[in-house]
Amino acid sequence: MTKKKITQHPLFLPLVCVLLVLAVNVIYDISQGNGIFNFFITTIENGVLQGRLITILNRGSEVAILAIGMTLVVSASAGTDISVGSVMSLCASFCCMLVAGYGVSAVSSPEEFSMPLIVGILGALLMGCLCGAFNGTLVAYLNIQPMVATLILWSAARAIGLLLCNNLIVYVRVPEYGIFGGYIGFLPTPILIAAVCILAVSLVLKKTAMGMYIQSVGINKKASRIAGLNSRRIIFICYLLCGLCAGIAGLVNSSRITSADSNNIGLNMELDAILAVALGGNSLGGGKFNLAGSIIGAYTIQAITTTMYNLGISSAVTPVFKAVVVIVIVAIQAPPVRIWFQKLRAQNHKEVARV
Amino acid sequence: MEGNVVLTMRGICMTFPGVKALDHVDFTLRKGEIHALMGENGAGKSTLIKCLTGINDFEAGEIHVDGIQGTVKNHSTLDAQNVGISTVYQEVNLCPNLSVAENLYIGREPMTPFHTIDRKAMMRKAAELTQRLDIKVDVAQNLENYSLAIQQMIAIARAVDMDCKVLILDEPTSSLDDSEVEKLFKLMTMLRSKGVGIVFVTHFLEQVYAVCDRITVLRNGTLVGEYPIADLPRVKLVAAMMGKDFDDLADIKPEGSQDFSNASMVIEAKGLSHKGTIKPFDLNIRKGEVIGLTGLLGSGRTELARAIYGADKSQTGTLRVKDQEVKINQPIDAMNLGMGLLPDDRKAEGIIGDLSVRENIILAMQAKRGMFRQISRAQQEKIADEYIRLLQIKTATRETPIKQLSGGNQQKAILGRWLATDPDFLILDEPTRGIDIGTKTEIQKLILKLAGEGKSIMFISSEIEEMLRTCNRMAVLRDGAKVGEIDGDLSQERVMAAIAGGASE
Repeated sequence: MTKKKITQHPLFLPLVCVLLVLAVNVIYDISQGNGIFNFFITTIENGVLQGRLITILNRGSEVAILAIGMTLVVSASAGTDISVGSVMSLCASFCCMLVAGYGVSAVSSPEEFSMPLIVGILGALLMGCLCGAFNGTLVAYLNIQPMVATLILWSAARAIGLLLCNNLIVYVRVPEYGIFGGYIGFLPTPILIAAVCILAVSLVLKKTAMGMYIQSVGINKKASRIAGLNSRRIIFICYLLCGLCAGIAGLVNSSRITSADSNNIGLNMELDAILAVALGGNSLGGGKFNLAGSIIGAYTIQAITTTMYNLGISSAVTPVFKAVVVIVIVAIQAPPVRIWFQKLRAQNHKEVARV
Repeated sequence: MEGNVVLTMRGICMTFPGVKALDHVDFTLRKGEIHALMGENGAGKSTLIKCLTGINDFEAGEIHVDGIQGTVKNHSTLDAQNVGISTVYQEVNLCPNLSVAENLYIGREPMTPFHTIDRKAMMRKAAELTQRLDIKVDVAQNLENYSLAIQQMIAIARAVDMDCKVLILDEPTSSLDDSEVEKLFKLMTMLRSKGVGIVFVTHFLEQVYAVCDRITVLRNGTLVGEYPIADLPRVKLVAAMMGKDFDDLADIKPEGSQDFSNASMVIEAKGLSHKGTIKPFDLNIRKGEVIGLTGLLGSGRTELARAIYGADKSQTGTLRVKDQEVKINQPIDAMNLGMGLLPDDRKAEGIIGDLSVRENIILAMQAKRGMFRQISRAQQEKIADEYIRLLQIKTATRETPIKQLSGGNQQKAILGRWLATDPDFLILDEPTRGIDIGTKTEIQKLILKLAGEGKSIMFISSEIEEMLRTCNRMAVLRDGAKVGEIDGDLSQERVMAAIAGGASE
């Protein structure tokens, strides 16, 4: 066997893509007469880390967390969970409702809390699990197509959140609540939370057979069952975890604005999460997955957005440019293009040999 | 090119990572002949056909097709069809939920002047076509309403109607019963008389001698030779395929029938059933026994085994395993009681295609241990290597995705998966289907060896000879019910009579 080339590594293309996006920043900086490494400069201002790289890592946290759950769901069930954005919003609303009390539109000190903050947080995570379990039951045990099953909460969860908050935007204006979207010491907390989630799931995948179970079920559900796997339960667990991830992401997002804005939290974020999985080189047809790829994909999306702001493109037209970049990235990874590149390279080799 | 030759392949070479799959292979097909392409698993039959149909990109060699100037190099099956080469695979690649007529004309529907599909014309043409080929179907019915054999014939009809000069039949008879095979052969001989060149790939030697005119034998990616059928009797054919003299299969079973009446009971099934597939049955299996399930396709052989294993949960009756009454809700329950099931549909229920050979082998063992007690990577590699060596699985590496292996080697890997769990009771459902003679003998020997070690085996096969060679006792099934058992003197006549419902019991 020939040694495996670096270009054949599953993470090669996702990494190239993120580097390309960063390169755009560097080139722009140079053209503006700024330092070459301007983009990477990270400083401590007002006691916290600042810099564009930090912004990307910070702002990309929610999508990265969602991408973890989405990767598992895609792998096991060959479908996507499109409810995660709405579930984020529901979890955030539920947390704020628990803490502020039903019908209260704002609390500004812990004395006004109707329940301790920790109850709200655990409640939000529980709500995430509940939503995930609901989706999981529909997909795994009732054999409903993932898109249809999760469409229910996609449309309903946000509205349930509004009901819980009595149609108000509930503000929890206490520093303790803002910490999940703020800073611990000098480090932005979302980065920390995302890192912990990624580490925890990676550890589980490495130390248990879960990764193989999920892939096996995703590739061949029937054969996995005959070989002794509980295919339904494994799919259920993936949706459950995806719901939990949505709960965590919802908390972070709500904490950033110390409020539960049902209509805006997690809006369209399910699409970013799905895109992250695809950008990471994972097939949306299920089966083999690469978690690291999805995470890189998530930060790539944020890097694109941040770059747009950096280039001074107005936020109204940002989606257009984002779309163009995404098309390019996805096309690079498409099998026909890969084969074309390979052939091109083989030809070059031949010509070199001839010379 | 000679006048009656439709296809020549010269010096075809093809390499897969780590394996030379084809090494300067020649193949010649004449008009109006049925030409068997024979060889063991991994000999290169499928690879050669894929080179011809444009699925594989071969590296060297050339292909000539009658009526076409210069060499032909197909890049897709569509290219192949355009030069008159059509293929019908073992698995029918048609749409079961469309009508027969739609399947026949999909992609080339007759059109009305308004560029909509002319359904009337399509129906008429389909009816004409099926009538001409003597296939008795209602072309308006959905394809799924017909048996696999008819579906295969529809696939052939479609190929023939597309003006094909070369028709490739890749293992078309693997899932057909005898009367269906008969029908297929009738169609094949009719096409032969119309001048179509037919390439026939099969593992059934009898079938080769029933219809073929000529045989080309491959071994390990090289051409052994091309022979007129009369010059190559069975024994010589097998010798050519294996590269050695035929290991006489009749001798593998120990002499005399063994007495198991004192052996401990492993399985006692009473009144088990699964609604719609298998009626209530009783079955006892003792330690060290090899019990065969026989009957026609669809008689309930597979279903009986699945009901015991919990693949289809039994709704009635009781099951005792090693003198303990047990309840099996799903396969893992059966596995924890020491059972294993090698399913008959390897692709749909056996292999996990994208996972590596290593992962496929350790999967069941890992499932038994549970998710949180992962087998260490070193241990996994050791186990995989052990079974790759023991079962002589031909694979580039243990990390190769299993779907890249040939069918027989996939089967061996799945067998390895179950052996790794060290079962007391192993159900083997058609373990030798689509597998070459050499491997068949190996698997049969393995069955007897396992039984000798005190394991109980349930063996299901469509080939009665191979069951006679290995089984101590046989249960006979007919129309979804167990109708009797034969033990003592097992002979082909007795078994056949029992299957057919004669009065020999």
